[in-house]
Amino acid sequence: MEIKVDELAGVKYTAKDFASDVDVKWCPGCGDYSILAQVQRSSPDFGERKENIVWVSGIGCSSRFPYYMNTYGFHGIHGRAGAIATGVKLANPKLQVWVATGDGDMLSIGGNHFIHLCRKNIDVKVIMFNNRIYGLTKGQYSPTSEKGKVTKSSPFGTVDFPFNAVKLATGAGATFVARSFDRDPKHLQDMINRAAKHHGAAFIEVYQNCPIFNDGAFSLLTEKETKPDNVIVLEHGKPLVFGANKEKGIKLDGLNPVVIDLSDGKNSVNDCWIHDEFDDNPTRVFLLARFSDIPNFPVPIGVFRQFSKPTYDKDYVQQISDIQAKKGAGTYEKLMYTTNIWEVR
Amino acid sequence: MEKEKTQEKEIQSLTEVTVRFAGDSGDGMQLSGSQFTETTAIVGNDLSTLPDFPAEIRAPAGSLAGVSGFQLHFSSSDIQTPGDSPDVLVAMNPAALKVNLKDLKPNATIIANSNAFDAKNLKLALYDTNPLEDGSLAGYNVIPVPLTQLTMTALQDLDLSVKEKDKCKNFFALGIMYWIYNRPIDVTSKWIESKFARKPLILEANKRALQAGYNYGETTEIFTTRYEIKPARLPKGIYRNVSGNEAVALGFVAASLKSGLNLFLGSYPITPASEILQELSKYKDFGVITFQAEDEIAGIASAIGASFAGSLAVTTTSGPGLSLKTEAIGLAVMTELPLVIVDVQRGGPSTGLPTKTEQADLLQALYGRHGEAPIIVLSAQSPADCYFMSVEACRLAIKYMTPVLLLTDGYLAFGSEPLRIPEFKDLPEIPVNFRKDAEGFHPYLRDENLARPWAIPGTPGLEHRIGGLEKKDIYGNISYDPENHQVMVNKRKEKIEKAQQDVPDIIVEGDQQGELLVLGWGSTYGAIKEAINHVKAQGYQVSQAHIKYIHPFPKNLGDVLRKFKKILLPELNMGQMATVIRSTFLIDVIQFNKVQGQPLKVSEVENKIKEVLGGQNGN
Repeated sequence: MEIKVDELAGVKYTAKDFASDVDVKWCPGCGDYSILAQVQRSSPDFGERKENIVWVSGIGCSSRFPYYMNTYGFHGIHGRAGAIATGVKLANPKLQVWVATGDGDMLSIGGNHFIHLCRKNIDVKVIMFNNRIYGLTKGQYSPTSEKGKVTKSSPFGTVDFPFNAVKLATGAGATFVARSFDRDPKHLQDMINRAAKHHGAAFIEVYQNCPIFNDGAFSLLTEKETKPDNVIVLEHGKPLVFGANKEKGIKLDGLNPVVIDLSDGKNSVNDCWIHDEFDDNPTRVFLLARFSDIPNFPVPIGVFRQFSKPTYDKDYVQQISDIQAKKGAGTYEKLMYTTNIWEVR
Repeated sequence: MEKEKTQEKEIQSLTEVTVRFAGDSGDGMQLSGSQFTETTAIVGNDLSTLPDFPAEIRAPAGSLAGVSGFQLHFSSSDIQTPGDSPDVLVAMNPAALKVNLKDLKPNATIIANSNAFDAKNLKLALYDTNPLEDGSLAGYNVIPVPLTQLTMTALQDLDLSVKEKDKCKNFFALGIMYWIYNRPIDVTSKWIESKFARKPLILEANKRALQAGYNYGETTEIFTTRYEIKPARLPKGIYRNVSGNEAVALGFVAASLKSGLNLFLGSYPITPASEILQELSKYKDFGVITFQAEDEIAGIASAIGASFAGSLAVTTTSGPGLSLKTEAIGLAVMTELPLVIVDVQRGGPSTGLPTKTEQADLLQALYGRHGEAPIIVLSAQSPADCYFMSVEACRLAIKYMTPVLLLTDGYLAFGSEPLRIPEFKDLPEIPVNFRKDAEGFHPYLRDENLARPWAIPGTPGLEHRIGGLEKKDIYGNISYDPENHQVMVNKRKEKIEKAQQDVPDIIVEGDQQGELLVLGWGSTYGAIKEAINHVKAQGYQVSQAHIKYIHPFPKNLGDVLRKFKKILLPELNMGQMATVIRSTFLIDVIQFNKVQGQPLKVSEVENKIKEVLGGQNGN
């Protein structure tokens, strides 16, 4: 049965059209409010009718997200949003499918589904709210918590190393990988819009503040005074520069990124690494992704990489239509009688 | 010339024969068996097969652990099982002989590849002396055939390696069997031609080995008798042979055609269920999507997503996979989406006996979920019945917007029998009514069957959110209200109970009341039926009833049970259905349990019936 999906013909939405009638129940001051607001503001620009948009989630604070969107929504079980979303997309590839998830939901219990969604390049867009803590279960460390973190389940500090989600997504084969902040509405909207336009597995890591269990986790990156020296904004074709007056840059010395001073007369902006988000070779993306793990390096936000690769859903549909063109559509007679049969009279 | 020779040999008419092909797991025994089956089906015999193979793909050659077998029971009348004891064993090596000898009928024929009975293989099979020569097989009709040598000779001028030629010996053996049982070789010849179309030398070698085996039977003095088994008088119609797994796959595609929905399978390979995934992956021309997921959980989770989006969604697995899918089944219960889960039961617990059969997932199927999570549970009673029950599972899932779990098992999955192909119009209708009307829509409204509306993404005005949290009655928003939870738990339960209106009454075969009813469920049907036929012939009065709809039960089941003084319940577990029957009806049953990874034998049931009746046959 062909499931009909109408084109967006002359329909103009506003952010309000994407707000459901359900009261939003995150804690006061939670970064999730901003993410919801930016998604609702961006949604009218997706070019999709709202009945063709599906939000899928797993379990956790972030995963309440679909309830607040006036689209189709599916609140799944812990970790399985990627797999559920895959089923939705394959069942009807014309739908635009999004996943709202958290660091625990997607990188811990859902890790397997996440890497395979990326590997298969299924046209599903994942927004991962990374607050580096388990919020809904009230404060245990997560797979993105920094080593040594003291939490309710690690009173003497964790001994495990965190995942770098950008590296993981890139390594697994996601074809759009970006990072943003809850506290940077414009930038976040831009990332959401670009993910919406991408065809293939898209991943946005959003650093998100949990005011209750991990308050200030990203304040160094989001506060006015410290942000310029600690954040670098990636823009395609632009040099990697940062600092309040753009007085610092990143140079590539072989495979080693080096912070250079652009005001000392020895280096100029021409020495800086020029960001190429369409780079075929993921090596530079891994170098960029590593910045957030190196002390005194700025944390990159923006699109790390995007490239075009056949999507699983398109190739699958193509395979079906090729075979149907060759063999004709299936019929009951073909199904049951195309084998050794005999008649009993 | 040939004719004359044939006429020199006696042709003896038989009503039924059970043969078993046995050899190393690399010897192609499953292939020989399935080819003999195809030919036998086309000749028009009724048949039932049982492959029996080890979990190891290639255990050390010649070892007892590596023996793979394929049993085929064929007859000129209606039969129900692959047979308890073979009349004929084809043993490709000493290990195959040793493993299978205990199962043979007294005086059974053993066709043994004498070339394989060398010192090395005898040692591997733990034989001190060669059983073909030491007189230990005196009670049997032993026919040693130098299969390896004969195959080599037949293929000597072909430019193939010794190993490649050696691999053709199963076709030589098959050729002999075709001659003995008077069946044509052309079905297998054609199969070889299509299978090896791209390898002309291998094609030629296999065909030649097959023909040489047939000629060997014809010309050699060893074989003095040919047998004839006349076509069975089965109900009129067009037939094909199906294994249970194949039948489940065909049923799903048929249900897709009947409902007009695209079929979506989310699955992860697992023995003995993988063939359903493999089979369905062929049907791209039917628009079937087979998503081979990263794990069992993704298999069912993707199916739930596909169901939400309007597909006929199914997932297939075996016991360990069912355990992994359990949480997600609860999600499908809560979101009230149609979903079919097939559990091809195998020996458990844990990895257990992956290639062997068992019925020990029953209680898990019924109750193995957290919370109050009732679903419809069905079972199939024979390979061909898998077809009908797979269609039925889809129909009920859609009608009641619920997960339906279909229990089959390894015996049904790998076993085969003729399926009388029903006409499309004779399959049950599977109406689908996607909600279109936005007026008055709420996600948890209910129709007369208590099913909620299926409102799929892409439908304007019906945007809604569902999930695993408890729902507000009718409206579907999250609700933590205590009374509402009770209401919803009740409604989910009532809905499944309501499905009883679709469950046909259970049929009692034989007297409708009396001393003894043998009750069964699932794949034990055939063995019970044949056992009852045997004891009836000896004058015993016994009736049979077989459960296919496990939850909800047929309406009349309690009444039926109360009409018998004794109820015997054989099952391949430690008494799971017995527990359910007792707790549901407060009626006791006599258990007969076997958990050996093997199907019930007719003789076992027969003996148990006699024991229960104390040798009283009513005469």
